[in-house]
Amino acid sequence: MVKVDGRGDESALIRARGLGKTYRRGGEEIHVLQGLNLDVDAGEFIAFMGPSGSGKTTLLNLLGGLDVPSAGSVTVAGDEITRMSARKLTSWRSRHVGFVFQMYNLIPVLTAFQNVELPLLLTSLSKAQRRQHVETALDVVGLSDRMHHYPRQLSGGQEQRVGIARAIVADPTFLLCDEPTGDLDRKSADEALDLIDRLVREFGKTALMVTHDPLAAERAHVVLHLQKGVLVDTVTMGRAR
Amino acid sequence: MKYVPLVLSNLFRKKTRTALTSGSFAVALFLFGILAVVDGAFQQGVDVAGVDRLVVLNRVSIIQPLPLAYRDRLLRIPGVTHVTFANWFGGVYQDERNFFPQFAVDRETYRQMFTEFIVPDDQWQGFQTDKEGAIVGEALAERFKWKIGDRIPIKGTIFAGTWEFNIRGIYRGRRVQDDTTQLWFRWDYLDERKAFGKGWVGWYTARIANPDDAVRLVKVIDEQFANSPAETKTDTEKAFAASFVKQMGNIQLLIMSVGSVVFFTLLLVTGNTMAIAVRERTRELAVLKAVGFSDRFVLMLVIAETMVVAVVGGGVGLGLAKLFTLRGDPTGGLLPFFYLASDDIALGLGLALAVGLAAGVLPALSASRLRVVDALRRV
Ligand SMILES: Nc1ncnc2c1ncn2[C@@H]1O[C@H](COP(=O)(O)OP(=O)(O)OP(=O)(O)O)[C@@H](O)[C@H]1O
Ligand SMILES: [Mg+2]
Repeated sequence: MVKVDGRGDESALIRARGLGKTYRRGGEEIHVLQGLNLDVDAGEFIAFMGPSGSGKTTLLNLLGGLDVPSAGSVTVAGDEITRMSARKLTSWRSRHVGFVFQMYNLIPVLTAFQNVELPLLLTSLSKAQRRQHVETALDVVGLSDRMHHYPRQLSGGQEQRVGIARAIVADPTFLLCDEPTGDLDRKSADEALDLIDRLVREFGKTALMVTHDPLAAERAHVVLHLQKGVLVDTVTMGRAR
Repeated sequence: MKYVPLVLSNLFRKKTRTALTSGSFAVALFLFGILAVVDGAFQQGVDVAGVDRLVVLNRVSIIQPLPLAYRDRLLRIPGVTHVTFANWFGGVYQDERNFFPQFAVDRETYRQMFTEFIVPDDQWQGFQTDKEGAIVGEALAERFKWKIGDRIPIKGTIFAGTWEFNIRGIYRGRRVQDDTTQLWFRWDYLDERKAFGKGWVGWYTARIANPDDAVRLVKVIDEQFANSPAETKTDTEKAFAASFVKQMGNIQLLIMSVGSVVFFTLLLVTGNTMAIAVRERTRELAVLKAVGFSDRFVLMLVIAETMVVAVVGGGVGLGLAKLFTLRGDPTGGLLPFFYLASDDIALGLGLALAVGLAAGVLPALSASRLRVVDALRRV
C-alpha cells in the first residue's frame, strides 16, 4: 500500500509526516516541500513525477537520510531517521539505502568490481565473502564478464547497471533511484528498468524512483506527482505484483 | 588493509601529478639528507666528545703552548685521574690539498685517555719502541693506501723540514662517528727535533673521576694556574668542540634556514596540489558519503593519500642522499665524518610525514565537510 493522505498506520516501511523543506536564497524563502505525507509498504515500486524544480530530488534526499528536513519527520522500519545525529545517519544509510544516480557516479579509478565492493568495505565481511557478494550482484545485473573493466571501458547502460549492482550489493532496505534512465537511450533504459522491476518482484525490494519518462513511470506500481510541495494524484497502475 | 586500493587508485589517477609531488618530496628530503650530513660532519666533534674529559688550553689563545710541568700539577688536583698532552703538527703530505690532522702525542698516556680509538697492543708496543713511529686512523690509511711498515714523509709547516714516519699501527673507532683520519706520532720525537719551544705542549686533556664535577674542576684548574706566566683556559671537551664549530660560522643556523624555506615551500606546493585533487573529486567523495562512508573516513582518506606521496617521495630522496654519502667525503678530507646517520633518516621521514600531514589537513577538512546533497547537485 502507498498513501499520501497521512492516514497510514505503523506497518508502513517508510513513513513521512508533515515533511517540509525550505531553502533560503538571498532574503527570500523557497518552500520546496510543505506538509508532505507518504506511507510506503515494503515491496512497493513507486515513481515520482513532476516538473523540474518541483522538489523530487529534495524528497529523495530526505527519505534517504542525505539531508535533513526543515519540518516533519521520516521514519523507516521504525527508526525515526530525522532525529538521528549526522554520524548515526551515515551508518544508517550504509545499512538501509541503495542509491542509484542519473550520472551513475562510479569512481573512475576503480574497476566495476571495486566500485560494487565499496559499500561492503563498511561491513565486517571477509574478503572472500565480499568477493562472493560482489560477484552475485554483478551476476544479477548481467555484468559478470565486465568485472575488471573500468567505467570508461563500459557503455552508459553498463555503467548504470554497475551503479545498480553497487546499490543492491549490501542488501539495503530500499532503493532510491533519481532519474536512473535520464542519461540512457531507450534500449539501455528498458534494460535498467527491467532490472529494477526484477529486483522488486523477484527479490522483494522496495524501490522509489524519480523519473521524467512516462514509459519508465509505467513500470512502477504507483505513480505520485509532486505539486506545490505535496504528493498528489495517486494513480494506482493496477499491476499484479 | 581493505582500504589500500582506494588510497592507491587515487594516486594513480593523475600519474604525472603524483610523480611531481612525490618528486618535490624527494628533492627536499635529498637536500635535507645532505644538510644533515654536513651538519653532522661539523657536529661530530661535539657528539663524540667524552663527558669525563677536560681540555686545558693557554688562556691567551689556542696556539699558545703550556709548560710540560703542568702535567704533574694537574695530576695532583683531587678529582683528576689521568692527564695526557699533545701538539698540533700541521704538516703537509705530498700536496696541500691532502689535508688531515697530525698530532704529536704522549706515548705513555694517550691511548689510555682516548679509549674510543682502538689500537692493537702489539702495534702500540711497536709505536712505543720506534722514535719515528706513527699510528694512523683506518680511514686515513684507506685513503692513501698505507700499510703497516710504510715510511711516509710529511713536510712541516710550523716545524721546519721533512719528517719521515714509520707506520706502526692502524687505529679504528669504537663508533662510526669516531674520526679515523688522524695521524699520531711521538711527542718526545717532536720535542727532541724541533728548534724552538722545547718542553712546551699544545694542550692537556684531563680525565675526571666524576663528570658531574666538571664545572667545579674547570674552576679549580684555572685558579691553580692563575697569575702565572701561562694562565689556562679549561673547558669540557664538549664545550671546546662546540666553540670550535662556532668559529666556522653558524652552520646550524644556515642549515635550519635553508631547510625551513624548503619545507615551507614544499608544504604550500603539496597543500595546493591536494586541494586541487580534492576539488576535482567533489562528486566522488560525495558518493562515498552517500554510500555510507563517514566524514572522518573521507578526512583520513585524503590525509592518507598525502602521506603516501610524502613518504614515498621522502624515502626516495633520503635513499639517494644515503647513496651519495656512501661514495665518501666529496671535499677530499675537509669533512672526515661524511655519514648519514639512521637518526637523521628517521628524522627526515618524520619531517616528510609531518609536512604531508600538514599539507593534507586543509584539503582533507574541506573534503570531510563537503555536504553530499550540495556536491551531488553540482555538475
Ligand atoms: N541548496 C539549495 N539552495 C537553494 N535552493 C535549492 C537548493 N537545492 C535545491 N534548491 C531548489 O529547490 C527546488 C527543488 O529542487 P530539486 O532538485 O529537488 O528539484 P527536482 O524536482 O529534482 O528538479 P529536476 O527535475 O530538475 O531534477 C529548486 O527550485 C531548486 O532550485
Ligand atoms: Mg532532480
